[in-house]
Amino acid sequence: MTILLELFASFFLVAFVSFGGASAVIPELYRIAVTEHSWMDARTFTELFAIAQAAPGPNVLIVTLIGQHVDGWQGAFFATLGMCLPMSILVGLLFKHWDKLQHWRGRTAIQLGVAPMAVGLVLASGTLIARSAEPGVVGMGLLLLTVVLNLRTQLHPLWLILLGGVLGLSGFV
Amino acid sequence: MPAPQISDSATKDIPTPAALFRGFSRVGLSGFGGVLPWARRLLVETEGWLTAEEFNVLLGLCQFLPGPNVVNLAVAVGVRFCGWRGAVAGALGLMLGPFFVALVLGVLYGLYGELPAVQSMLHGITLVGAGLIIAMGIRMGLNVKNRVIYLPFAAVAFVGIAVLHWPLPAVMLGGAALTISLSWWRLSQAAKR
Repeated sequence: MTILLELFASFFLVAFVSFGGASAVIPELYRIAVTEHSWMDARTFTELFAIAQAAPGPNVLIVTLIGQHVDGWQGAFFATLGMCLPMSILVGLLFKHWDKLQHWRGRTAIQLGVAPMAVGLVLASGTLIARSAEPGVVGMGLLLLTVVLNLRTQLHPLWLILLGGVLGLSGFV
Repeated sequence: MPAPQISDSATKDIPTPAALFRGFSRVGLSGFGGVLPWARRLLVETEGWLTAEEFNVLLGLCQFLPGPNVVNLAVAVGVRFCGWRGAVAGALGLMLGPFFVALVLGVLYGLYGELPAVQSMLHGITLVGAGLIIAMGIRMGLNVKNRVIYLPFAAVAFVGIAVLHWPLPAVMLGGAALTISLSWWRLSQAAKR
């Protein structure tokens, strides 16, 4: 019971700073799961991240997988709920007053101000994940190729994930 | 050009909670490597619940709020059309399918995660996943307005978290307080002129 509460409370708090979505707070998820609570080692965290990336659905599934690793389906449920609930309630309340919000200067100010912070967070997340995977030269090449192809072409990300899986399986990266 | 208004929506059909649940279920389970394009396809193209412009405004709002962006979007669309019941239907529809898929994958990982073949496969996927997130960050960076003014804050946040390992909540809340004050001040200045 305590562990479920701990999962719920940890991710409930993370939700409030996850500007840019779950992908932006990966360093914080890592700190909670690996450093603070020792729920898993660094390698397991990185592998759960890979599974969340390959699975269909929102990026928040990394939280679901952490929860499940800690305490089965109940853990998965309470972790996911903790991450989704606070902002769902806030969004629900905010959007009831959509019309008033539309022309409020604070809205524009927040939108302009939060965007660059989210950029910094998301880039830091990607860097931390890449670093924890300890890529060799070919691995770095795969990462850069992914960045370029994703930015420059319309190629569906699933193909890149497939490529990563195949290259990994065949021992190239 | 008038500001897009959700209230005088051009849509004909108001979806029921059941329709929201079904629609967002499809979105959640189709969303390999990113759910947002599928959400757009459902809301704007397939069902026509929102116009393209309404979708952009709504998404912009959901992205500046913390929390999983797509869950926020499902709640926002749901509450817009059907109040609380719609919000619950949209968010549950979006999350339920992927949640069970993740459970199954998690169980498989528990059983086979120690196999070297599985580990090397996941290693390759991790690198691609990291690349996809970095690409997303770059794309978001290119979309920031007044880049000369705001991107230095992004750089400080990045260095603080990735290099100096400052605590992320402190960086985010402190940084956002600064950037929001700055943008508020700039907007006030622009309004005076």
